[in-house]
Amino acid sequence: MSQILEQSTAPLPEKRQLTTVPRFSDRVFRGVVTGGGLSSLVILGLIFSFLAYQGFSVLRSQGLHFITGSTWAIAQDDAGNIIASQTKFGIAAMLIGTILCSIIAVVIAVPISVLSALFLNFYAPPTLKKIMVAVIDLMAAFPSILFGLWGFFVLMPSVEYWAKLLHKYFGFIPFFKMEVPVFTRSPFVAGVVLAVMIIPIITSVSREIFSQTPLDRIQAAYALGANRWGMIKAVALPYGRSGVVGGAMLGLGRAMGETVAVYTVLNIVYQVNWHVLLGAGGNVASMILLKFGDAGPDEIKALMAAGLVLFLLTLIVNSMANFIVKRTGKSGR
Amino acid sequence: MTIISTIKPQKPWLATPKQRLATGSTILVATLATYVLVAITPLKGKLAYFGCFLIIFIVMDFTIHFASRGLSAAKDATARAIVTFGVGLAVLPMVSILVTVFNRGRRGLHWGLFTHDMKMNSVSDPINQGGLLHALTGTVILVVIALVISLPIGVLTALYLTEIKGRFANPIRFLVQAMSGVPSIVAGLFILSAIVYPLTKSYSGLVGSLALSILMIPTIARTSEEVLLLIPNDLREAGVALGGTQWRTVAMVVVPAAKTGLVTAVILGIARIAGETAPIVLLTGGGESVNGNPFSGPMGSLPFYIWKAFSVGSEESITRAWAGIFVLLGIVLVLFVSARFLSERKTSR
Repeated sequence: MSQILEQSTAPLPEKRQLTTVPRFSDRVFRGVVTGGGLSSLVILGLIFSFLAYQGFSVLRSQGLHFITGSTWAIAQDDAGNIIASQTKFGIAAMLIGTILCSIIAVVIAVPISVLSALFLNFYAPPTLKKIMVAVIDLMAAFPSILFGLWGFFVLMPSVEYWAKLLHKYFGFIPFFKMEVPVFTRSPFVAGVVLAVMIIPIITSVSREIFSQTPLDRIQAAYALGANRWGMIKAVALPYGRSGVVGGAMLGLGRAMGETVAVYTVLNIVYQVNWHVLLGAGGNVASMILLKFGDAGPDEIKALMAAGLVLFLLTLIVNSMANFIVKRTGKSGR
Repeated sequence: MTIISTIKPQKPWLATPKQRLATGSTILVATLATYVLVAITPLKGKLAYFGCFLIIFIVMDFTIHFASRGLSAAKDATARAIVTFGVGLAVLPMVSILVTVFNRGRRGLHWGLFTHDMKMNSVSDPINQGGLLHALTGTVILVVIALVISLPIGVLTALYLTEIKGRFANPIRFLVQAMSGVPSIVAGLFILSAIVYPLTKSYSGLVGSLALSILMIPTIARTSEEVLLLIPNDLREAGVALGGTQWRTVAMVVVPAAKTGLVTAVILGIARIAGETAPIVLLTGGGESVNGNPFSGPMGSLPFYIWKAFSVGSEESITRAWAGIFVLLGIVLVLFVSARFLSERKTSR
């Protein structure tokens, strides 16, 4: 044995270097990919800082009034110069409008979406389920201007009629009260259009959550003699409850940021309006679009600040929603 | 000698013909009862028909099941009826939208639409004059530029989340989710404040595309991430075992394997931004003639065309708006169906 080794005269091949250090190409690759991965952070940071930079002067001069005040008035002297001390920017009216419209939307959309999600998961035959899922996903991809036009020409006449009924029979509830009977283009109409827009989102989130219901628990319920409704009540709903809440918040975030659909159906009037059936209201996004066309430099800064508020609002709502959805998906409860 | 007989498979959970007949006759009777009720009482309108039918049907269904199989079966039947009704409500708007767009858009369609722009016409001119060529070319240019910007960023983000799985993977996943919720008008305002006011000081197609790519990146990133997660780890391990570096493995094995899925991601991203209106209205200026140069001059686009025609509000312009919507919806539908087709083929293989 040892003889053979000694006899071989050919030079041994050089020892291959074993290392765990990545090659140069890999280091470049990892650097580039990490850079690309961090882009979302960079973009969000840039959005925040540029809007804050542009809106800073307005935010500083208006202070807390920007959030709590509800006057939007630019005071000019006779020569057309702007008097800074009397110029008031406050977006409270529009903030209230935003929240009102999106809450109406969520209240209408959540029951419908949850029922659809339950149907798709537990009732629909496989073929029908496939088609319906595609249809609902497609609806989520519809452009918002389409919802706006459809809402204006098709949905609004019906919704006005519903609003009249609500006013007639539930007029004693403060929200449905109104002194002047103007039912056209009200926050209620906008809320219904927004509801149609967010139904696909809430449905698909709830469907995902319900489809994660542990199979053993479903079968345990059936084995104990539950029928389908009993199983849903005892297993699926408790399991998916917080996920549905997350989905609803995701829809809320979407509804808050919606611009064009609201702009087309809503009569934007700059006032605090709690009466959802009255044809006057607005939301922050559509106000920005409305005022932008003929805004002077100061007003544009105020609009940027309003955009910043909207950005932060939707960011918070969305983050909370994602957090809730994710937690539900993980825990088996 | 025993004869082996094949037993016919039984499906006791399916509805028997008798049960189907019972359901069918319940629907029939409920419909008839609704008509009678609406005719003899002061109730009127679609809502009345709808509500009456629902209540009558549920009550009848409940009673039948209660009589035959008891309370819990009756509750089950009611739950089924309500859930089916809910899904009907969810799909109803979609059907209504498609029918409306088809009916109203059809009137404004003619071949000149695709060969003329609005240079010589105003939106209130008779419908057979002018067209939306400028809007179509504008939308194509905007979408292509946005795609060129957001495809690399989106795919790199997805690769970071699935291949590198670095320290920041979870925060970044979270941020991408958050980014997909950024309102479109905020994206427009951001580009306005970061690029238009300090730098270019004028409207152009390019700034519009930049805003669109902010909205497109999260869609591409999330869809690609899902696709890349589906690639079996065996493929990556095989690539590394053959001596490939991570770069070669990703470029030669993982990405080619996920190609169809990445195309789906791109298509869904395009469908997301093709009809985006708010940033376009803020940024592109909306020209009336074909403009092939994204770097200067106002650029028309389909959403802007629809928006403007709708805002003018005359009869012709609204017909124009619906025709524009018809074309836009057609594009979205084609994109969506092709994305579905690609991903179907992928999963069935």
